[in-house]
Amino acid sequence: MTDAAAVRPDADAAAAADAAAAKRRHSSPWRDVWAQFSSHRGALAGAAVFAFMLLVVLVGPFIHDVDPQKLDIRAKNQFMSWEHPLGTDNLGRDMLAQVMAGGQVSLAVGVTAMLLSVLLGTAIGVTAGFSRRLDGPMMRLTDLFLALPLLPLLLVIIMLFRDTLRQAFGPESGIFILIVFVIGITSWMQTARIVRGDVLALKEREFVLAARSVGAPGRRIITRHILPNVLSPIMVSATLGVANAIITESALSFLGLGFPSDFPTWGRLLYDGANFMTLTPDRVIWPGLAISLTVLSVNYIGDGLRDALDPRIRGR
Amino acid sequence: MRLRNLLSATAAAAALGALAGPALAERGADGQVNIIYWQAVSILNPYLSGGTKDVEGASLVLEPLARYDETGTMVPWLVEEIPTVENGGVSEDLMSITWKLKPGLKWSDGSDVTAADAVFTADYCMDETGGCQQVANYADVASVEAVDDLTIKITFTVPKPVPYGPFVGAQSPILQAAQFADCKGAKAPECTDANFGPIGTGPYVVAEFKPNDVVVYEANPHYREADKPAFGSVLLKGGGDAVSAARSVMETGEFDYAWNMQVEPEILAQMEARGIGKVISAYGTSVERFEVNMTNPDPDLGDLRSTVEGGPHPFLTDPKVTRALSMAIDREILVEAGYGAAGQVTCNVLPAPDLFNSTANDWCKTPDVDGANALLDEAGWVVGSDGVREKDGVKLSLLYQTSTNSVRQGTQALIKQMWQEIGVETELRNISGSVFFGGDPSSPDTFQKLYADVEMFTNNFDGTDPEKYMANWRCSEIPSPKNNWLGGNNPRFCSEEYDALVQTLAGTAKIEERAEIAKQLNDMLMESGAIIPLIHRGRVAAMANTIEGHAMNPWDSELWDIASWSRAK
Repeated sequence: MTDAAAVRPDADAAAAADAAAAKRRHSSPWRDVWAQFSSHRGALAGAAVFAFMLLVVLVGPFIHDVDPQKLDIRAKNQFMSWEHPLGTDNLGRDMLAQVMAGGQVSLAVGVTAMLLSVLLGTAIGVTAGFSRRLDGPMMRLTDLFLALPLLPLLLVIIMLFRDTLRQAFGPESGIFILIVFVIGITSWMQTARIVRGDVLALKEREFVLAARSVGAPGRRIITRHILPNVLSPIMVSATLGVANAIITESALSFLGLGFPSDFPTWGRLLYDGANFMTLTPDRVIWPGLAISLTVLSVNYIGDGLRDALDPRIRGR
Repeated sequence: MRLRNLLSATAAAAALGALAGPALAERGADGQVNIIYWQAVSILNPYLSGGTKDVEGASLVLEPLARYDETGTMVPWLVEEIPTVENGGVSEDLMSITWKLKPGLKWSDGSDVTAADAVFTADYCMDETGGCQQVANYADVASVEAVDDLTIKITFTVPKPVPYGPFVGAQSPILQAAQFADCKGAKAPECTDANFGPIGTGPYVVAEFKPNDVVVYEANPHYREADKPAFGSVLLKGGGDAVSAARSVMETGEFDYAWNMQVEPEILAQMEARGIGKVISAYGTSVERFEVNMTNPDPDLGDLRSTVEGGPHPFLTDPKVTRALSMAIDREILVEAGYGAAGQVTCNVLPAPDLFNSTANDWCKTPDVDGANALLDEAGWVVGSDGVREKDGVKLSLLYQTSTNSVRQGTQALIKQMWQEIGVETELRNISGSVFFGGDPSSPDTFQKLYADVEMFTNNFDGTDPEKYMANWRCSEIPSPKNNWLGGNNPRFCSEEYDALVQTLAGTAKIEERAEIAKQLNDMLMESGAIIPLIHRGRVAAMANTIEGHAMNPWDSELWDIASWSRAK
């Protein structure tokens, strides 16, 4: 009986079956999620690598406490040594310190921009899916944003708002807010579309109809019944969003936009190092490796999370 | 047997060819030469563009009456000799100059070059509605007349000790009257065919032109020297950046010549070591400098930002502050990190010719951090808790902008650290070169608008006489919304004394006296702090080892002698 219910492509039945199974094993649903996640090798490896990157970037500067901005022209273009584990650049700045400082910025941009884009995407997706009246306008807005060419838009936004934000928040936080905002508002559309699709399907389901028939207000239906069920696609687009934001920031820095030139980010380090590729190849290898590893690990985490959060896949 | 015959015949032919090659220098014998300008040419009429790339792109086609050679000496080009007072070409009262064209000159369409073309060219540029960019070359010209078919007489409104403005140098070539006849005044920019394919007297004619991309030139069949140019065609490609341009000449060999190599010395040295190409340089008048904003760039001022009406700068108008900023900079380190053999320390905005080089500012050659600190202490700037000096609630905090180029960003980082040591906080900004130097009045990021406290770039002047150049910093040259942000006085420096001295310079004939006045002008700019010079830069190019016959020229178009270029056999 339980088995038959579990193979039916029926989320609530599956959830019920799962809950029953969970009760039998005296474990919480989150433990199941973890069990599924940890059986995904790629996801585990991704999580380990990401945790390692975070550790290096956040704790590293306390161990290797060299000022990333300190110039020492006499020690320029050096290869790896004990003093400078990743060598130095052409102005004698320590590369390890720069990669760590750059990682803090790149990861902060990635995570914040992802939060903004997921928040926006979910809000718009749920509204569009739930309200028939707002569906049309919301989705046309989404199409509009999808059709916008990203780079020219970024250029215009940066030109228009740079000075205002710089005055209000200072040069570095000003441009941080600007970049996070710009990446956030130009990458929520995929999330919105996926969430809307799921919400449209969910709101006709029996448990939602049941909630509606007992007089539950729309707000409550969304928070109690719909959102938990669309968590899986949201989590996946969140992880993809982090990777996407890091890459967009790198692209912006690579074009010489974005942060000031003395403010290291991974993209900026890569850009500055490109000219020196034949002279000191480590200047592009390390920041490039950091970007690739982070993006790859985050993608694997997303992959694992999708499997783990989907009750239909979980347990198979 | 047949095969052997064939082989020996081929060998004989090859030997003959090898013998015949050097003996007969022939037009077009060396095939094509590929040149890369990493800023692409956008128009081939130098009168409608101030950009070096455009002026130089046009210099293969259009020629002036006289130009400057690699030593800065004026050489006759389309004329028999340089007019002087001694040979009677310049009148005793210095009010007129008479040029005599070489007889038998032909335009590339086969028609004769006459004095009427020169008269037309002057009218074309002096037409006030035409937006001529080189009008400074025609300053104080009263009239240009054709005495006969080969004689051009220019009369000035004031005595001109150096009457070599019109028709001298790459920026002031002769246009063909027949081609541009309907293009005068407001119609000038509309004549696309003429502006994109001018008919000239130079060694090449335009075969194909894609604006902002590529120009293909072919040898001019009517060029006055029958055996030149050795290259039958020229490909002038634009785009990319300095490093990739250098690579394409010295590493991959795709191109034969690359212009303006502002690239870190270690990278150039590494490329040069491959033995395909070499770096060539020559020192002219280029100076990498700070232009210091004398007006207030505060964004709160709105439209009055960085204008004289918006009021003076809160602290940069104090010469003590700017002097301290200059003293804190170790220019030797900047040269070592970014320029190598292509730069040397300078304390003057006018570093060459030698006669014009002032020694009054040599204190800047040795950095003096303690002295700079003492100067700021004396001026009442106190170091605050965050290490930044302040006075009356104003912090010594600067926004420092320049164009995007890795050498410039390196210099920015170095200077930021040097200024930190004297308690000055610096925010760096870099702007894409095409925007920064683009001159678009609607962009907030052009170097003329100077929406920053200081900006760094290089400028120079053509020829060896600094009169026009020094006239840039007169009050009337300040860029503002009223003149559509045109004008060369980016620091918004304004001094009646300076303006008067520029007038005196214009009326002084003796070269020693002119040098004395030019030095005074230079020193006034240095003392006011409107300009902080950093590096006297050489003109640097990368050239394939197989190219012969080129002399690097810092005083005129870099491609001035392209008619004599050839490929080593």
